[in-house]
Amino acid sequence: MKRFLVILLFLCGPALAVQPDEVLPDPAQEARAREISQGLRCLVCQNENIDDSNASLARDLRLLVRERITAGDSDDEVVAYLVDRYGEFVLLRPTTSGWNWLLWAAGPLLFLFAMGLGGVYIRSRSRAEAPSEAVLSPEEQARLRDILDDNR
Amino acid sequence: MINELGHFALILAALVACVQAVVPMIGAHKRWPGWMAVAEPAATAQFLLTLLSFAALMHAFIVSDFSLRLVVANSHSAKPLLYKISGVWGNHEGSMLLWVLILALFGALAAWFGGNLPATLRARVLGVQAMVGVAFFAFILFTSNPFLRMAVPPFDGQDLNPLLQDPGLAFHPPFLYLGYVGLSLCFSFAAAALIEGRVDAAWARWVRPWTLLSWVFLTIGIALGSWWAYYELGWGGFWFWDPVENASFMPWLLAAALLHSAIVVEKREALKSWTILLAILAFGFSLIGTFIVRSGVLTSVHAFATDPERGVFILAILVIFTGGALTLYAARAGTMQAKGVFGVVSRESALVANNILLAVACFVVFVGTLWPLVAEMLFDRKLSVGAPFFDMAFTPFMVLLGLILPVGALLGWKRGKMGRALRQLVPGFGLAVAVAGLVWTMQTGRSLLGPVGLFLGTWLVAGAATDLLTRVGRSRDYARLLRLPRADWGKAVAHGGLGVTMAGIAGLMAWQIEDIRAADLNTPYTVGAFEFELLGVQRVQGPNWFADRGEVSVRRDGAEIAHLYPEKRTYPVARMPTTEAAIHGGFWRDIYVVIGDAQQGGGWTVRVYLKPLANWIWGGAILMAIGGALSLSDRRFRVAAGARKAVPAGEVPAE
Repeated sequence: MKRFLVILLFLCGPALAVQPDEVLPDPAQEARAREISQGLRCLVCQNENIDDSNASLARDLRLLVRERITAGDSDDEVVAYLVDRYGEFVLLRPTTSGWNWLLWAAGPLLFLFAMGLGGVYIRSRSRAEAPSEAVLSPEEQARLRDILDDNR
Repeated sequence: MINELGHFALILAALVACVQAVVPMIGAHKRWPGWMAVAEPAATAQFLLTLLSFAALMHAFIVSDFSLRLVVANSHSAKPLLYKISGVWGNHEGSMLLWVLILALFGALAAWFGGNLPATLRARVLGVQAMVGVAFFAFILFTSNPFLRMAVPPFDGQDLNPLLQDPGLAFHPPFLYLGYVGLSLCFSFAAAALIEGRVDAAWARWVRPWTLLSWVFLTIGIALGSWWAYYELGWGGFWFWDPVENASFMPWLLAAALLHSAIVVEKREALKSWTILLAILAFGFSLIGTFIVRSGVLTSVHAFATDPERGVFILAILVIFTGGALTLYAARAGTMQAKGVFGVVSRESALVANNILLAVACFVVFVGTLWPLVAEMLFDRKLSVGAPFFDMAFTPFMVLLGLILPVGALLGWKRGKMGRALRQLVPGFGLAVAVAGLVWTMQTGRSLLGPVGLFLGTWLVAGAATDLLTRVGRSRDYARLLRLPRADWGKAVAHGGLGVTMAGIAGLMAWQIEDIRAADLNTPYTVGAFEFELLGVQRVQGPNWFADRGEVSVRRDGAEIAHLYPEKRTYPVARMPTTEAAIHGGFWRDIYVVIGDAQQGGGWTVRVYLKPLANWIWGGAILMAIGGALSLSDRRFRVAAGARKAVPAGEVPAE
């Protein structure tokens, strides 16, 4: 296992990802390719996008992305092409299909809920009666006396 | 022999922790002073024994004792001394030992500086702290013992992962752990307060310094880790939204929230039960982080022990402690009644908003981190949640936080005047709009990210300055600034630091320039406003690596401004390459050069990045940490801590 991890690191390791020979001649197309690559996951790495990864698979995917772009695909078509072949695991930005809406909505929903709760709390505080001066419990009275006696 | 002593000390420390977890708790319940008094010497003993054990392990690493399995797996005789030392915590077992050492340290600190706590509260705090300790001692001794021997010691070790052989990363884990584990003390205070059934201003005053201390350490630890990623990983990324990074970020967000809500408890006796909940959750998230790093349930670049058995053990610790504390909370939270009354427009309300935003932001990170797991288990979908999601889902809350922060910081307690706060902020707002406008017209890509980020940054820094200047008032007596309480300076510096970090992140992400090419020797080329020339590449030899070292000249308008030496290293023992980027740091931008492989037609792959405002990211983090430290050094905290000692000393002559 350890050996395997070392090999994985070796493959995906921090080195040069995009090589000069991969770069497309048209700067606009290249910029699109970079943009798309940054949203696609390197499948054999751990949480790296193919733009940053040094793995040979990532290189293949980068070349594939560029091939589709030069073939005239739109950005969405390129991504769809890759999802068809590698599954939605390849997407670093999950879709909103199925239960995934919950992932996207979780933050805003909780925010609205918390704002409501916070609002109710603040209103209740602003209408609350100011408490009368805090009254000490008998033990605290005794302790206060002790302290005052000590000081005398 | 020394190793066995270390092992033995660890077992003894575990036993002392058992005593400390039981005796003071009973003592506090029955009001037996003798039993409660056990806590302090026990905490000291537990710390010293753990320290002894840690020192023994460090000794084994320094002298390269290859009869220890851990040393064989993570060290090498040719490794520089610094990395032999940092190798102690560069692995699962050793880092757990560091974890319990810090846990024991915080327990001992609470015992030493907790002299002014009520006896029962102190006994309970130390008791709960020791319970956490017992769980982690058991975890180390039963599943991850660092003192296991080899039957046949080899001649040399397998070396530490070369990526970890770096000064930034040598100190990253200790700071991070000081933060993570410091939150255990807040947890202990919360649990003890729940058992006592009493939360008041005094309680908040005791908890705040510990929260602040943990938060400062977490800030430094996270910043170090991010800085390391920036210069070591070879393309200058500083944050990857990796599960393990998120694991350290979530406690940071909650600790920041706790820091602010504890102020409300201290000054206004409101938000009590929420503050207790935050204290429990903050440490709970530290435990979740430990679980994520060490169980391997989520794939991550950092995960260093992927062992289901250990994962289950930590999951059990997590469930028992957060579950237990939350049960206690459910039973007792109702008894805590808020006393302070405040208007809708007030500092209190602003701090409630701060807490909502930080907690929701933390929740977004939490959901995003665990969603792949949830989706796979419940919906049978294998999917990824990466940086694009977090950028979109997390950022809005931070933008909102940045927008309201300067206003909230200027509002008065109880009943603030919105109009007055806004009037005071008019110059700052104007300045921020001007900066954003200037940037908008100057930039070429026309993305909103840069202007918005710089607007927020300027707005926050100007807001912090306004906050200080309003203290001078109409008197124009600027010497008063120096006499302000340090907590006020701390607040302004930390808030300004947040602004600097926000501006840095936006600038780097919006305006980075990248150039990748096969550069021929002695052929100059231009990137941005600079001219680069690869002068030569040499093979060089280090203590436990060899490297191809390029020599790159950087010129601007014909004048050389930097001579850079990027390296591509190979560590033969670990059989791993690393890139050592050469960075010419500047206030406005970094020039970041990386060298790659030799090309077939001659020349080398060279990557050049111009990274605007890169240093602001960590500069802001350092400012935040300094702000926290300034607050921590405020006289009011010290008075509270030293109150008890001062009184008898002053009394002696009077008698």
